[in-house]
Amino acid sequence: MAAEGKAIDALSQFELSPVLGMVGQAVGFSQANLFMVIAVLLTMGLLVYGMRQRAIVPGRLQSLAETSYEFVHELVTGQVGDEGKRFFPFVFALFMFVLFGNLLGMLPYAFTFTSHIAVTFALAVIVFVLITVVAISIHGMHFFSYFFPEGAPKILAPLIIPIEVISYFSRPVSLSVRLFANMVAGHVMLKVFATFVVLMGSAGAVGIFGAVAPLAVNVALVGFEFLVAFLQAYVFAILTSIYLHDAVHLH
Amino acid sequence: MISLWIRISAGAAMLLPSFAWAAGGGGGMPQLEFGNPLVIAQVVWMLLIFAALYWLVKNKGLPLVESVLEARRARIQGDLEAARSAKANADAAMAAHRDATAKARAEAQASIAGALQNAQAEAEKRAEVLNAKLAEQVTAAEARIDVARGAAMGALRDVATDTAEALVQKLIGAADRGAVGAAVGREMAARGRA
Repeated sequence: MAAEGKAIDALSQFELSPVLGMVGQAVGFSQANLFMVIAVLLTMGLLVYGMRQRAIVPGRLQSLAETSYEFVHELVTGQVGDEGKRFFPFVFALFMFVLFGNLLGMLPYAFTFTSHIAVTFALAVIVFVLITVVAISIHGMHFFSYFFPEGAPKILAPLIIPIEVISYFSRPVSLSVRLFANMVAGHVMLKVFATFVVLMGSAGAVGIFGAVAPLAVNVALVGFEFLVAFLQAYVFAILTSIYLHDAVHLH
Repeated sequence: MISLWIRISAGAAMLLPSFAWAAGGGGGMPQLEFGNPLVIAQVVWMLLIFAALYWLVKNKGLPLVESVLEARRARIQGDLEAARSAKANADAAMAAHRDATAKARAEAQASIAGALQNAQAEAEKRAEVLNAKLAEQVTAAEARIDVARGAAMGALRDVATDTAEALVQKLIGAADRGAVGAAVGREMAARGRA
């Protein structure tokens, strides 16, 4: 699927290839995993290096580390309440992982691991398993009353219960597809408009002027993609918190 | 606006790949090539990497941030308490100062009132002494005036008698000093001057 001549090839950027030579090939360690490791290193670097001075009045990097801590902390406790504190490390790890995955994808030549449905679906499944385990461990069999809201007319049970069950099981799907689709759409659009720039630019003097328009679009798109990168990490984290709230409180 | 963008980009995700696919000429989305072992391998690696991130964040990163935030909270709390106790001290000092001022004012007023009273009593005493002295002098003077008046009245009788005697002498050539004296005495008694 490599670029064939002047065709627009927006999808090869999502292809996986092994890194670290023979070892990586043997264990299936792809560049997606490399960028995951980089995301982990950046997250821990921000926290450990940023907080190294333990200043009362924080500097820029320490402010960033503290802001991210407080942002996610607010998010979790705001949604789940005080019981949510024990899920804070999980949501924080999830948020930073997705955020750095999205942001690293904005660098040229970088790989966006959140653009793979397998990755986002696996993350969503982790969340789904967590909320189900938490809900059952807290509420026991009472958990299943979640699928039939209290006070609803009994006659509607055959209708409500399947809807609630489907809605519950579609959570990991919507959670993963939302992130995946957003990242893929953004990167495809960037690649398509960038290819327009190259194609038009190579079409002579008139084409160079014509290439200004897709270039301008791409500049705007880059800004927009940074917004989406943050927004989708936020959406992923807040939906996880909302699901955790449901698991802890059952509605 | 946010949900709109989510919908737009989700819609674009459905449309654009098909367009790109058509333009690229063959092949699907690499994300959906589940036959590629790397697609599944990356998920297995991700589970390990994410578990490592979770462990690191939970045991190293977040406690570090938490301890710094806690230290700051404690510092701010301590400073606030110090400020609060300083304010309490200042308030107490202020109250003590106010009490002392009030006490001093009351003492001053009391001593002013005492001095005033003493002065008044002294003045009254002096005035009494003076009054007594003056009354005494007045009495003495009145006595002297009485004496003088008596003397003057006596002299008047003599003058009147002398005058009357002289007049009588001039008129009738002779005068009985005793009779004239009696007549003058009668006349003066009649006019209430005796």
